[in-house]
Amino acid sequence: MSIRERLSGNEAAAIAMKQINPDVVAAFPITPSTEIPQYFSTFVSNGAVDTEFVAVESEHSAMSACIGAEAAGARAMTATSANGLSLMWEMIYIASSMRLPIVMSLVNRAVSGPLNIHNDHSDAYGARDAGWIMLFSENNQEAYDNLIMAHRIAEHKDVQLPLMVCQDGFITSHSIENIELIEDEKVKEFVGKYEPEHYLLNDKEPMAMGPLDVQPYLFEHKYQQANAMKNAKNVILEVSKDFEKMTGRKYSFFEEYKMEDAEIVVVCMNSTAGTTKFVVDTLRENGIKAGLLKIRMYRPFPAEEIAKALSKAKAVAILDKADSVSGAGGALFTDVTSGMYINGIKVPAVNYIYGIGGRDTTSYDIEGVYKDLQEIVKTGKTENPYRYFGVRREK
Amino acid sequence: MIEIRWHGRGGQGAKTASLLLADAAFNTGKYIQGFPEYGPERMGAPITAYNRISETPITIHSNIYEPDYVVVVDDTLLDAVDVTSGLKETGAIVINSSKEPEEIKQKLKGYKGEIYLVDARKISLETLGKYFPNTPMLAAIAKVSKVMTDEELINDMEGSLKHKFAKKPEVIEGNMNALKMALNEVKKI
Repeated sequence: MSIRERLSGNEAAAIAMKQINPDVVAAFPITPSTEIPQYFSTFVSNGAVDTEFVAVESEHSAMSACIGAEAAGARAMTATSANGLSLMWEMIYIASSMRLPIVMSLVNRAVSGPLNIHNDHSDAYGARDAGWIMLFSENNQEAYDNLIMAHRIAEHKDVQLPLMVCQDGFITSHSIENIELIEDEKVKEFVGKYEPEHYLLNDKEPMAMGPLDVQPYLFEHKYQQANAMKNAKNVILEVSKDFEKMTGRKYSFFEEYKMEDAEIVVVCMNSTAGTTKFVVDTLRENGIKAGLLKIRMYRPFPAEEIAKALSKAKAVAILDKADSVSGAGGALFTDVTSGMYINGIKVPAVNYIYGIGGRDTTSYDIEGVYKDLQEIVKTGKTENPYRYFGVRREK
Repeated sequence: MIEIRWHGRGGQGAKTASLLLADAAFNTGKYIQGFPEYGPERMGAPITAYNRISETPITIHSNIYEPDYVVVVDDTLLDAVDVTSGLKETGAIVINSSKEPEEIKQKLKGYKGEIYLVDARKISLETLGKYFPNTPMLAAIAKVSKVMTDEELINDMEGSLKHKFAKKPEVIEGNMNALKMALNEVKKI
């Protein structure tokens, strides 16, 4: 029997870390993820976990400590947000290229500037090419579940890549909601023991890690990294299946909500997907065939599967909670539409940049998007595909 | 689904009260959300917090624009904030005030729903010896919104206060008295 609780997203992440009981946690506090290492440090003090907690002086050091720990053969975790992730920048590429399955809780927040502590996805988008597996979470439950699955995915011998679990800063990290927790023993059994094949503290296999990698080698190593990312797809499905057996909660690359006969579809990530479900339900009551495709796995990107899932729609809106400032749409939009093009799916698609710096995303906003999609279906005209909602501007 | 919006001033415990209400409703088997609107918080600045309480899972994740109920923890906010904005006329507003009903009505710009008053300052000073309006306001909104019975609220709060203040029994007694007094004293005008 699962445990009925009510927790904030940050509490849920900290409880998951407690149940995982990693060897090392290294972190530096930054809003809105501060509570995660804060709660976790109390678990360390109270003896609820036997983790080595390293209170570092910066995020660069937090990631460096995680790298050192994982290279030594330990299981390491951290948590951060926005500028904290920016300061880790140099080290997150090193973590993935050294094939170290570190797990990070990223509580999404706008990257400065101007200074803002609220939610958007600019921090996560910045790290999308860093070689980390990226899972997004609609609510506290998914943030918790994704963390419980994270090590099994990241540490798999076909993968060996770091993984970040994203959730929306404040919107879910600081909102108390119902959650179903898994018993400690079951989590322990599910996550299993970390037994790395190669590690620095193995005196039977002396080795160097992360040395100079010049012209004859780096390309091959990067190619292997890309293959590992591709392999992660199957592993994520396998682990999700085992997770479903344990909890009854089903996870895949993405969630299709009322998509069977959907004509107008919104594609988005994290908490906005919950608000969109609410709107889809309302529209369905009025006979409007609305659907939602919620991305859970952003890296690796399931381009072919998404294209197939969208193939029967009449119009699609892809929502980006960060602007790529390219003048040609946000990152998720370009990923989804390139997947559609390559797979020969020709469905009118528009992009909306929204929710920047914590601008509240309301059900009225999402209703407006579906209304726009109805208009596109009716007129057959897309016109400007690079759109915004929720921003004040001159008409 | 019931949606509640709290208006208070930083330091008065409106956020805590909204989380306590979420807790109490959770303990009666409901699905809940409790979240503040985070801004540049300062002692005394207007703050907003929210609750959703439902029999079925809640997926919406936005602030609340058309609440069923509004709680005003500090009546000086009536001049500073549009507290009835979007408030449903089938709902109600609960205000902490010792002012005359007519004066309060005037400040609410013709709001047609039910208006409730409770003097949380008086209750708090009598029972706790200090001004902590959140417990009386929690009791008042629980009663007005009928999200739980008086008995459920009393039992739940007793349990959680005993857990939180095991070493300060005087805090438990004072808060329980504040709770019960507010349940009796909240009045429709």
